Amino acid sequence: MVATLKRQFGSGITEASTYLGQNYMVVDRSLIPEILQVLRDQEQFDYCVDITAVHYLAREKPFDVIWILYSFPRNERIRVKTLISDGEALPSSVPIWPTTNWLEREVYDMFGIAFEGHPDLKRILLPEGWKGHPLRKDYGIIQQDNEWVRANLGIESGQ
Amino acid sequence: MLDYVTSYLRSNTTPGQAGNLLWAFIYIILIFLGLSVAVIAMNWLERKILAHMQVRLGPMRVGPHGLLQPIADAIKLLIKEDIMPAEADKSVFWIAPVLIVITAFTTFIVVPFGPTHAVTDMNIGVLFMLGVSSLSVLGVVMAGWASNSHYPLIGALRSSAQMVSYEIAMGLAVVAAVLMTSLHGIGLYGVAHGAVGDGTLSMIDIVKAQQDQHAWFIFKFFPLGLIAFFIFAVAMIAETNRAPFDLPEAESELTAGFHTEYSGFRWSLFFLAEYSAMIAVSAIAVTLWLGGWLRPFPTWLTGETWDLVFSLFPAATFLLLALIAIVGTLRMPKHPYFRVQTLGLAGFAAVLALIGILLLLPPVRDRIQDIYWFSLKVAGFMYLYIWYRGTFPRYRFDQLMRVG
Amino acid sequence: MSDPSTNISHLELGDRNETFLDSNELVINMGPQHPATHGVLRVILKLDGEKVLGTECVIGYLHRGVEKIAENRTYAMFNPYVDRMDYVAAVSNGLGYCEAVERLLNVQAPPRANYIRVILTELNRLASHMLWLGTHALDIGAITPLFYTFRDREEILKIFEKYCGARLTTHAFRIGGCLYETYDGFEKDVTNFLDFVTPKIDEYEELLTTNRIWVERTKNVGKISGKECIALGVTGPVLRASGVRWDVRKAQPYAAYSDFDFEIPIGQNGDTYDRYLVRMAEMRQSLHIIRQAVGKIPEGPIMAKVPKVIKPPVGEIYHSIEAPKGELGYFIVSDGSTQPYRLRVRPPSFVNLQALDMMVRGQLVADVVAVIGTLDIVLGEVDR
Repeated sequence: MVATLKRQFGSGITEASTYLGQNYMVVDRSLIPEILQVLRDQEQFDYCVDITAVHYLAREKPFDVIWILYSFPRNERIRVKTLISDGEALPSSVPIWPTTNWLEREVYDMFGIAFEGHPDLKRILLPEGWKGHPLRKDYGIIQQDNEWVRANLGIESGQ
Repeated sequence: MLDYVTSYLRSNTTPGQAGNLLWAFIYIILIFLGLSVAVIAMNWLERKILAHMQVRLGPMRVGPHGLLQPIADAIKLLIKEDIMPAEADKSVFWIAPVLIVITAFTTFIVVPFGPTHAVTDMNIGVLFMLGVSSLSVLGVVMAGWASNSHYPLIGALRSSAQMVSYEIAMGLAVVAAVLMTSLHGIGLYGVAHGAVGDGTLSMIDIVKAQQDQHAWFIFKFFPLGLIAFFIFAVAMIAETNRAPFDLPEAESELTAGFHTEYSGFRWSLFFLAEYSAMIAVSAIAVTLWLGGWLRPFPTWLTGETWDLVFSLFPAATFLLLALIAIVGTLRMPKHPYFRVQTLGLAGFAAVLALIGILLLLPPVRDRIQDIYWFSLKVAGFMYLYIWYRGTFPRYRFDQLMRVG
Repeated sequence: MSDPSTNISHLELGDRNETFLDSNELVINMGPQHPATHGVLRVILKLDGEKVLGTECVIGYLHRGVEKIAENRTYAMFNPYVDRMDYVAAVSNGLGYCEAVERLLNVQAPPRANYIRVILTELNRLASHMLWLGTHALDIGAITPLFYTFRDREEILKIFEKYCGARLTTHAFRIGGCLYETYDGFEKDVTNFLDFVTPKIDEYEELLTTNRIWVERTKNVGKISGKECIALGVTGPVLRASGVRWDVRKAQPYAAYSDFDFEIPIGQNGDTYDRYLVRMAEMRQSLHIIRQAVGKIPEGPIMAKVPKVIKPPVGEIYHSIEAPKGELGYFIVSDGSTQPYRLRVRPPSFVNLQALDMMVRGQLVADVVAVIGTLDIVLGEVDR
C-alpha cells in the first residue's frame, strides 16, 4: 500500500515505516487533504479513530498533528503524521470523516491549531473566553487564565 | 334537642336527605379527619411498600419503622419558607392550590361508606363526582400559568391535556356501569325474572342495584364488566397523574411539572389534593364495580353464621395488625437507644389491639361492617397504585395521549 | 456564565425580540445540573413544540487536565489517575494504560497476570453494564431496576475490594503485570458470584424486555445506521447494535482474550431497544468468559521483568482496548525520559456523544433523555 501511495505522492511522503508493529507515515503539510481522502476512498480507511497533536517547543516546525485511522475491511491501523509551524492552519477533515468534528475542536482548544473549513471551530473543553492553549509546552502545569477566573467565578484565583 | 340528635340514628337515609344539618356537619368533619389520616397513612405506606419492592427498608428512623415519618414530613413542609417567584401572578398563584384541594375534597360529599353513611346522596352522584374532579384541571392550568416560567407552564398544559383526554375514557366506562343499573331485578347470570327497573346515577342506588342483581358489576356479563372496569382503572391512574402516566411531574424529564415553583405549605396542598383525588376515583371505581360497601358474597353465602363470620373481619384485621406490631416490637434491637422506639411501637400495638377488641362488641360490629368493606376495597386500590408506580416505566407523552 | 443564545451558532435563532410564545421554536437548556444527564452535561435543545430540531452539547465541566498532568508524572505515578476518567469502569482504563506502556517497553505480561486481568476486566464490564441498566431504566421511568442492579453490583465491588482494597477506583494493575496475587478463595468467590448473578440477569430481562411500555419507549428511538456509526466514529455496543460485528477483543486481541471462546452480539435496527438487548447479551458473554477463565488460571509469576525506573525508548504507540463504553485508546509519545512526553486518551464517550445530535433530530423531548442514557456516557471520560 505504501508503494502505491509513494507512486502517487512521490516525495511528499517523508517517511513510512513500522515501529513496534504499528504502521505510520510522515507526510508533508501540502499533501494533507488529498492523502487523507485517498486513504479513505481507495485504501478503505473508513474510520478515523483519533486526531491529536504533540508540541515540540524547540523544533523548527513545533507541532506534530497525527491522524490515527482504522480500516474495517482490512483490520489495519495506520498513523498519518504531519509537521506544521505555529500559526499555520490545516484544512479540516470533517468532510471526509464526520467524527473529526469534536476531535479537531479539542486539538484547537488544547493547542491552538486552527482547522480551515470546520463548521463550528470553538473551544470545547475549556470555557468560551479562556485565553491560552494548555497542552502546549510553554503553558505551565498550574497556570490558568486568572482574568477569566476573576471575571466569571468571582474569586481571586482558586489555587 | 337530644331528640334531634338521636332521631337521626334510627333513620335510614343520609343526613343530607334527611335534612339533618348537625349530622351532616359531623359527617363532614369525620370525612376531613378520615381523609387526613388516610393521606398520612398513604404517604407512609407508599414509601414502605415501594422500598420493600426495591429490596430496601424505607424510613426506619423517625418513629418505630418510620411510622412518624409522615408527621415529620408534614411539620417540615409547614415550617418551610414560602417562596413566590418574583414575576408570578400573585392572586392566581395563591388560588390554584386552594382550588385543587377544594375540588378534591368536595367530591367526597357523595361518596357512600354505607347505605346511610354519606353526607348526602344526590341523585346525580356519579356525575357530580366526575364533574367536580374535572374542575381540578382548571387549578392545574392556573398553577402552571401563575409560575410565570415556561417549564411549569408546559408541564401544566401537558398535565391538563392528559387529564381531559382520559376523562372521556372514564366517562364512557362509567356509562357502561350506569347502564347496568337499569337491569333491576335480573339474577346472577342475566336471566330475567322480574320487571326491568330504572337506571340511576346516585352512588347509593348503584350499590343497591348491585345488591339486587346479586352480582358486583365487575362480574356482570363476563367479561364485559371486567373490560369496563379495566378501562376505568387505567383512566383513573392517568387522571390522577400517577405512574405510569406521570410524565408531567417526573423528575428526570425536562419540564418539571406544574408544581415546580411551589414550596412548603402550598406544595403540601397539591400533595394532599393528589392523594385525595386518588382516593376519590378509587371510591368511584369501588362503588360502580366492586359493590361499594357490600361484603363478599352478600347473597350467596347468607344466613346467621355467614353474617357472623364476615362481621368478625374488621376486628380480625385490626387484631392481625396488632399482632404484626407486637412481633415487630419483640424483634426490635435490645440496645438502650431503641428503648423509646420499642415503647412507641408497643403502644401502637396496644392501640390497634384495643380497636380490634372494640370492634368485637356486637353493636359496633354491625355498624362498622359497611364502612370497613368499603375502606378495605379502596385500600386495595391504593396498593395497586403503589405497585404500578414501582413496576412500570413511564409513558412518553405522545404515547400516553395515543393510549387515551 | 455565557448566555445560551450566544452559544448556538449553528442553531439559527430567529428574531431575538420574539418571546417564546410568538414563534413555534423554543430553545431550551437542559442545564449542567439535571437528574438525567449522567454527570455535568449541558444540552441546548432547539424545539418545535415537542419535536427536537437540533441539539448542541456543551461539555468541559469535568475537565481536569489529565493529559497535561501525565506529562508531569512518571509512568507508574500516572497509573492511579487513569482510573478516575471512566470512574464507573475503572479497571479497563488501567488495563489499557498498562498494556500501552508495556508495548512501548516491549515487554509481555506473564500468562497468569493476563488471566487475572481478563477476569477483573470482565467483572468490571458487568458492573458497568449493571450501572448503565439501572440508570437508563430510571431515566425512562422504571424506578425499581436501579436498586436491583446496584445490589448485585455490590457483589462485584466486594470482590474488587478483597482483591485490591478499593471498590471504585481500583488501580488494580501495574505496568508489567499485576501487583497483587489472587487472594485465597478468589476462584470460589468468583464462581459463587457467577452462580448468583446468572438468574439475576434473567430477572432484569423479565422486568423489562417484554414490558410493553419499555418497548414503546425504546423501539425506533435514537436510530442510527451502521454506516453512520462508522462515519461518526461511534464504537462499542452502539456500533454493534447497528449491525456492525466489530469488537477490539476479537479484531485485535489483547491480554489473553484469544484463549477464550465468546460471541459478539449484534443488533439489527440500531435503536435504543437493540442497544439494550446487545448490552444484556454482552453481560451474558462476560459471564461466559469469566467462567472459562476462572477454571484454568495458569501458574506462574504475575509480574514481568520491568526495570524499577521505567524509561521507555523514544517512540510512539497507540494501543486500544474494548472498554464497556467503546474503543478506549491510549496514544503515548515517549522521549526516553521517565515521564511521558505526550499522553493522549481517546475516550469512547467523547466520540459517542457527538452522535447525539444526529440521533435525536426529529424525535421528541422525552427521547433525548432516553438517548443520552442509551449512549452510556460517563462525563469523567468525556472531559478527562
